[in-house]
Amino acid sequence: MSDKSGTAVIGEDTAKTSHRAKLQSVMRTVGMAPVLIILAIIFQLLSDRFISVQNLSIVAQQASVNMVLAAGMTFVILSGGIDLSVGSILAASSMVALIVSNIPDISFLAIPAGILLGLIIGMLNGSLVAFVRLPPFIVTLGALTAVRGFARLLGSDQTVFNPSLDYAVIGNGDIFGIPWLVIIAFAVILLSWFILRRTVLGVHIYSVGGNENAARLAGIKVPLVLLFVYAVSGAFSGIGAIMQTARLYAANGLQLGQSYELDAIAAVILGGTSFVGGIGSIWGTFVGALIIAVLSNGLVLIGISDIWQFIIKGLVIIGAVALDRYRLAGSAHT
Amino acid sequence: MSETPALAPILEMSNIRKTFVGVKALSGVQLTAYPGEIHALMGENGAGKSTLMKILSGAYRADPGGEIRLFGQPVTIDGPLAAKRLGIAVIYQELSLSPNLTVAENIYLGSEPRSNGMIDRGAMEEGSAPVLERLGANFKPRTLVADLSIAERQLVEIARAVHAKARILVMDEPTTALSSRETDRLFDLIRQLRREGLAIIYISHRMNEIYELADRVSVLRDGAYVGTLSSDELSAERLVKMMVGRDLSGFYTKEHDKKSHIGDVVLEVRDLGDDRRVKTASLMVHAGEVVCLAGLVGSGRTELARLIFGAERATHGEVLLRGQPAGASSPGAAIARGIVYLTEDRKAQGLFLDMSVQDNINLAVIGRDSKAGGVLDLKRAAERAKDAIAALQIRVAGPKVNVGTLSGGNQQKVLLSRLIETEPQVLLLDEPTRGVDIGAKSEIYRLVDQLAQRGVAILVISSELPEVVGMADRVLVMRDGTIAGEITGTAEAPITQEAIMELATGAKTATAA
Repeated sequence: MSDKSGTAVIGEDTAKTSHRAKLQSVMRTVGMAPVLIILAIIFQLLSDRFISVQNLSIVAQQASVNMVLAAGMTFVILSGGIDLSVGSILAASSMVALIVSNIPDISFLAIPAGILLGLIIGMLNGSLVAFVRLPPFIVTLGALTAVRGFARLLGSDQTVFNPSLDYAVIGNGDIFGIPWLVIIAFAVILLSWFILRRTVLGVHIYSVGGNENAARLAGIKVPLVLLFVYAVSGAFSGIGAIMQTARLYAANGLQLGQSYELDAIAAVILGGTSFVGGIGSIWGTFVGALIIAVLSNGLVLIGISDIWQFIIKGLVIIGAVALDRYRLAGSAHT
Repeated sequence: MSETPALAPILEMSNIRKTFVGVKALSGVQLTAYPGEIHALMGENGAGKSTLMKILSGAYRADPGGEIRLFGQPVTIDGPLAAKRLGIAVIYQELSLSPNLTVAENIYLGSEPRSNGMIDRGAMEEGSAPVLERLGANFKPRTLVADLSIAERQLVEIARAVHAKARILVMDEPTTALSSRETDRLFDLIRQLRREGLAIIYISHRMNEIYELADRVSVLRDGAYVGTLSSDELSAERLVKMMVGRDLSGFYTKEHDKKSHIGDVVLEVRDLGDDRRVKTASLMVHAGEVVCLAGLVGSGRTELARLIFGAERATHGEVLLRGQPAGASSPGAAIARGIVYLTEDRKAQGLFLDMSVQDNINLAVIGRDSKAGGVLDLKRAAERAKDAIAALQIRVAGPKVNVGTLSGGNQQKVLLSRLIETEPQVLLLDEPTRGVDIGAKSEIYRLVDQLAQRGVAILVISSELPEVVGMADRVLVMRDGTIAGEITGTAEAPITQEAIMELATGAKTATAA
């Protein structure tokens, strides 16, 4: 029978609504940037060394790997999913990249091999979510464990070294004083922005996350969109692996990338992307990743103990999710 | 209209009103039920039957001013628990059992017997056995509900109500999912409960069930009480007259001329079905024709439209577009061929409430418009949005505003714009005016009329009979998953609400020419 809950409110004041909508849109765009600035000021006041070219460069480098992982995570979370396996993929891709870099004739293939492995694992995740219709949490939780095991298997559970790594410049070099890591991270953010905001696929990702049923009825090939977002997340994890190993000249299947997925998820959520999908932006993730790096760096700088660092970071993440809820409640679902 | 039985009434609801965000769902409805009575409640879709029953069961609170008396005493029903304590039990179409629990556990749900603080399964099974036996159940208290058929589950619900000493039992279309043998058994059971002195409020659209069971029938229309008939006063004609009777014909514009505009067959559906809600259906829609698909909720109209659109998979039959097979495997394929579908539930299945008006309008065509590499043509999208907002008079501050902030009518226009932008040949509209205000309604009618003039073949599903009569060039009526009949209006014999209702309820089974 009739469903009156969907009944229209007659004669809404459109001017007022638009004003509110604008304010909300501004809130969303600016997002957590004020938090970032306030944190920077607090750390500067407390340590006196925080805002310096040298330290900010360190912060940017510390943020860069997480930023790349978080960019991939943004695609997945926008589509309404989650990818818990990025840290493990980073470990496996690191192992492959280092192993290939040690084989004389094909060492130039190290970078593509690492990224390709990430892409393949991401596509496996995506296939299970998109075509087998398994819950993303379960699929990537399984991958978190299985891929970690695979990473250890690759190096027979040993650390692989390459003191003369071809691509070490990525981890240590710079152009015009800007570290390569920072340039890559920013390039990944720009690429993500372009895909999400300037392509058909990007609109489709937002649509699937916003309302999967409606997306299907609008003719969107939902499974392909889901496959794509997990593939991106996997490939970006591969890029993260190249960045990480370029600094370390080494890879270890057991230790590398441990709990990186948590920092990546935290960056996305801090950036205001809604956990239920469909709402959020890559610039939010950019700021979110910076906040996490600033927190880590600043807390060390002002001499907070390791234990308290964990507690404070955790509480900041919970606070951000609470803010996310609050924002969703405020948005206009008539 | 009816004589009052000698006994005192068990339930008296009087002057019941309910308003939802500015829309009146019930205005001064009354209902009286006596012990040992089967009281049928009838009315069109949206007449207010469910709302009234939800007030009785405590799911909704009535607006102040009305009164509910049980055994002559005024009562306040402020929640489902209160209703249960007062002896009111409701059995909804979607059964509310926990399939993972046993029959006994379901019967005792919420009032489990304990011994020493632990749940006493033995007592539960002993306590439910006699009730089940009395109702003629052939399963044990220990059986898992998941292992029972729909009919058996219904019996468990009834057993739960009887066990909780319910005095008033409301049944909302209980036979929808039952076979005819199961229906007979259920009727026997209902008669047994009547003998035991319960008052049974029975909601159904099916005329033959009303004849067979009801002692009295009350009719609602547009949220108002129309009247009550006793079984000896009952006739299909009288009931249908009471249920329909609104006349809004002047409100509809129909400028597309049937004779001069209607062209070739565009959409042809042959023996389409899914072996579930749609048994088999065949129909044709011509270019420039508006065909309305009428029928009661649950008759398979929406399911048929979704089969044609490819949103659900058909098990048999075919869909032809201009004579060519267009067996759509997915909504995307259907849209590419020029068949589009407007969902009946725009919030859950249509719109992206957190996306802008512009994105919502363009969603189905951004692929077509895109530049190389799938890059969005933002300029084209902005133009389309601007034009659509102007053409459909969508009241919105700008194309970048989120759709979620718009009123129902404007949301519906946004969704319609998305479909129209694809330049469809066939438009399947499922309840296009549901939940929109009266102004937007007439604009939507005008839009449908204009699209018909342009030669689009239009199939409209509607539960509002005046709307069907006002819009349709031709009406197809569905009942129980098949097309029960077709009504072609002529100058001498125009389409009437009564004719549609007769076919929809099965009051008349012959196909009117």
